[in-house]
Amino acid sequence: MSYIPKPKVTHPRAARNALGLTSRDYEGAVSTLCAGCGHDSVTAAIVQSVFELDVEPHKLAKMSGIGCSSKTPAYFVSQSHGFNSVHGRMPSVTTGAYAANADLMYIGVSGDGDSLSIGVGQFVHAIRRNLNMCYIIENNGVYGLTKGQFSASADIGSKPKKGLPNQQEPIDPVSTAISLGASYVARSFSGDKEQLVPLIKGALLHPGFALVDVISPCVTFNDHEGSTKSYEHTRQFYHHVTDIDYIPPAKEIVAEYDKGAVMPVELHDGSRILLRKVDDRYDPTSRAAAFKYLREHFNAGEITTGLLYFDEQRKEMHELMGNVEVPFAELPLDSLRPPSGELQNILSKYR
Amino acid sequence: MKPTDTSNPDYFHKVVDCQWACPAHTDVPLYIRLIAQGKFGEAYLENRKSNVFPAILGRVCDRPCEPACRRGRVEEKPVAICRLKRVAADNRGDISEHLPKPPVAENGKKIALIGCGCASLAVANDLRPMGYSVTIFEALPATGGLMRTNIPRFRLPPEVLDEEIQTILDTGVDLKLNHPIESMKALLDSKEFDAVFVGTGAPRGKNLEIPGRYDSDRIHIGIEWLESVAFEHIETIGERVLIIGVGNTAMDCCRTSLRLGAKDVKVMARKPRGFFKASDWELEDAEEENVEILVNHSPKSFVIEDGKLTGMTFELMEYQVDDNGRIDRGTVVGETVIPCDDVILAIGQDNAFPWIERDIGIEFDQWDCPVVDEKTMMCGRDGVFFGGDAAFGPKNIIWAVAHGHEAAISIHRYCQGLDIEDRPPRGVTLSSQKMGMHEWSYSNYYEGAERRIMPHVDLKERFKNLDIEVELGFTAEQVAKEVERCLNCDIQTVFTDKLCIECDACLDVCPVDCLTITENGEEADLRTRLRAPAPNHEQALYVSGELPHTRRVMVKDEDLCVHCGLCAERCPTGAWDMQRSAIRLPYASDESESAATDTAA
Repeated sequence: MSYIPKPKVTHPRAARNALGLTSRDYEGAVSTLCAGCGHDSVTAAIVQSVFELDVEPHKLAKMSGIGCSSKTPAYFVSQSHGFNSVHGRMPSVTTGAYAANADLMYIGVSGDGDSLSIGVGQFVHAIRRNLNMCYIIENNGVYGLTKGQFSASADIGSKPKKGLPNQQEPIDPVSTAISLGASYVARSFSGDKEQLVPLIKGALLHPGFALVDVISPCVTFNDHEGSTKSYEHTRQFYHHVTDIDYIPPAKEIVAEYDKGAVMPVELHDGSRILLRKVDDRYDPTSRAAAFKYLREHFNAGEITTGLLYFDEQRKEMHELMGNVEVPFAELPLDSLRPPSGELQNILSKYR
Repeated sequence: MKPTDTSNPDYFHKVVDCQWACPAHTDVPLYIRLIAQGKFGEAYLENRKSNVFPAILGRVCDRPCEPACRRGRVEEKPVAICRLKRVAADNRGDISEHLPKPPVAENGKKIALIGCGCASLAVANDLRPMGYSVTIFEALPATGGLMRTNIPRFRLPPEVLDEEIQTILDTGVDLKLNHPIESMKALLDSKEFDAVFVGTGAPRGKNLEIPGRYDSDRIHIGIEWLESVAFEHIETIGERVLIIGVGNTAMDCCRTSLRLGAKDVKVMARKPRGFFKASDWELEDAEEENVEILVNHSPKSFVIEDGKLTGMTFELMEYQVDDNGRIDRGTVVGETVIPCDDVILAIGQDNAFPWIERDIGIEFDQWDCPVVDEKTMMCGRDGVFFGGDAAFGPKNIIWAVAHGHEAAISIHRYCQGLDIEDRPPRGVTLSSQKMGMHEWSYSNYYEGAERRIMPHVDLKERFKNLDIEVELGFTAEQVAKEVERCLNCDIQTVFTDKLCIECDACLDVCPVDCLTITENGEEADLRTRLRAPAPNHEQALYVSGELPHTRRVMVKDEDLCVHCGLCAERCPTGAWDMQRSAIRLPYASDESESAATDTAA
């Protein structure tokens, strides 16, 4: 936390995107999180992602619930839409918003408490609906806002600052999401923007539910020795299996690549992501194989990161429901709401 | 790259661009902070320590600090460093008890200073309080040298000049006015002095040997003419005046002409704009007074009709500028005659030492400049020192002061029988500025305001006589804004690699993206891998040792850091800290203290 606002001065040679904006134009209010919080790095990664994707701020909706993580939408893209909902209810609110206006890009920022404890029911159903959103979990294994109790993602044996180690099974959002059929599932680390930024960009563009589980250390309550979600532990057991590169529309893929190791994936807007396998034993297109791999490496104490599961075939919510392409919010009232005569017609069918 | 050696006093000194650029290395950020705190007297004394003449320099310094100011790279205009110095001087109050005093005891050594300009006065300032007997020989009837004769009174009021010179003279300097030294040999042979310092400036204005030069008495040499005006030997000039040359002397000549009755003053430049020698601000001030600057006019001859100067013939030039910004010699594309009543030649000045015999061990180079050691300021003859314009040709006041300090150290060591090559070293002291969780001892808030504009006396008023100082000085409101524009470059970002947990907090919060954590490499390679372009090779990269977690390094491009301290505020482990770098500059007086301690020990 700082007492002075970040100076309104930009590098005179700062890069500008297609809209003529610098990354500074995508910033938000000054963060009130602890100095060194992983969440601030995730915020910076989101800023960089939307800047590089030339997102128009008014085309972005940022959604959140309650928790340290859920404060962070205040810290990026001030000029976008946003909704800070009740604890754990961000997925429902986003469902409503997306139902009404499919034209916006939705980014939900949640935490391990918000998504895996109080909101776990909401989280799983958003995946089932294949809500078209980028869902970021800033995962630090503790309830930071209430002073560091273990959360549902704490690993067995992880030590708290004071008291006994955790004994309960963790909920792994990545395996959960893959088991529920999420179509884009990634894990990354707040301390590795080179990996995180392309994953967020892919997640923002992916037409369907895209989960990015980000290990984001709590510098105040969970960054000590014995913690399995500290900066040091994460770096030490970091196991990087895939990389993705985002290729904007109309830009040729120039780099030569080995077909076995690289998978180009076309997105609906003509852009592509290049999925590169760092570990060629890993197959991110097979749920069964991904599961097996993740479990084995989890048991070995490793943190598997990268784009871990990907299914470009699944239909997102509006497609599944067969809705019109025009966002509901833009439809005239008389086509949204059947006339009263029509109601009588429908009711008469049941008589 | 190897980890940056911040214990080298030059490393952090260079980050303080203004202080590094200043020949006398005035601690600019410190005095600006003192002004911000309303401590004008302390700000004045901080200036005086290094530059001796804050009130004078606050008006007429050539300000090498300002083009160097980091603020000018972050946005367009540098901090008004020079004019803030004047603020300190104007509001200093009674500081007399802190000014140099006559020595408690004489040390028996006698020093002769030739010329009573800024260089000699700086030497006297340093040596007299140490007990040296100092005699200044001045050819003119007044002190100040060029500061009095060449800088017009509307830029530098005589009271200001007198006051700061008197401070030095009051320490008990033996001043001999109207006392030109006719023979260096005689002076040295008299063996009256233990050391001699020459601070006689570059007193000879360059001439222009073209047809008609000697056919009229209305053709003047700039610095001589200014001197005559200063001593009130000249009080009028014709209505139409041409100034030849476009350096700072030309600016003083044209503006002085306007005050002596000229109505139409043209400055004739041989080259186009961008190749003028005058400082931008002096050009601005002249043009504000409706002086016309004609470019690409090369003087050819004077037009004399019936023994009277009526105009000047110029060749019209055209130039090619190459990709590196170099200009060619130009081609003549035409000719024109511009009518005038007076012409003032302001095309430079030379050194002149007709009074120094060439066979007394003082060597002269092909330009008739003495051969002087740049470090010690001593010439080929032991015990004879040079400084100011007399040493290396025309520079400026602040260089003369810097020479004076160096010469004083040398003279002291020479007189004490010490090796003058063995100079006391510079040092640096770092001290943390952290006062609390989010509190620093300096104002780290970034003031977005643009440079304040100096208020001037109304255009109608100011020509009434030569004594009206044009610049009014900043108002209190202007001072309050301008001091906040200083980026506090002396409050350094100091990094301790072993504390870093690589959380990226500092990288994320840096407003100008000057921090990067990356694999180490050679400088040229590293520069291509930073988060923001780092094309300014004059500004260092600050490279850490290996970071504990990943063996990568922290790299900071010093170029555009605004010293806001957010990296340190956001750092959870205190790996970044904001520490003031106080550069310790050696002065002759430190030598006496250390010598005294040595003896006592």
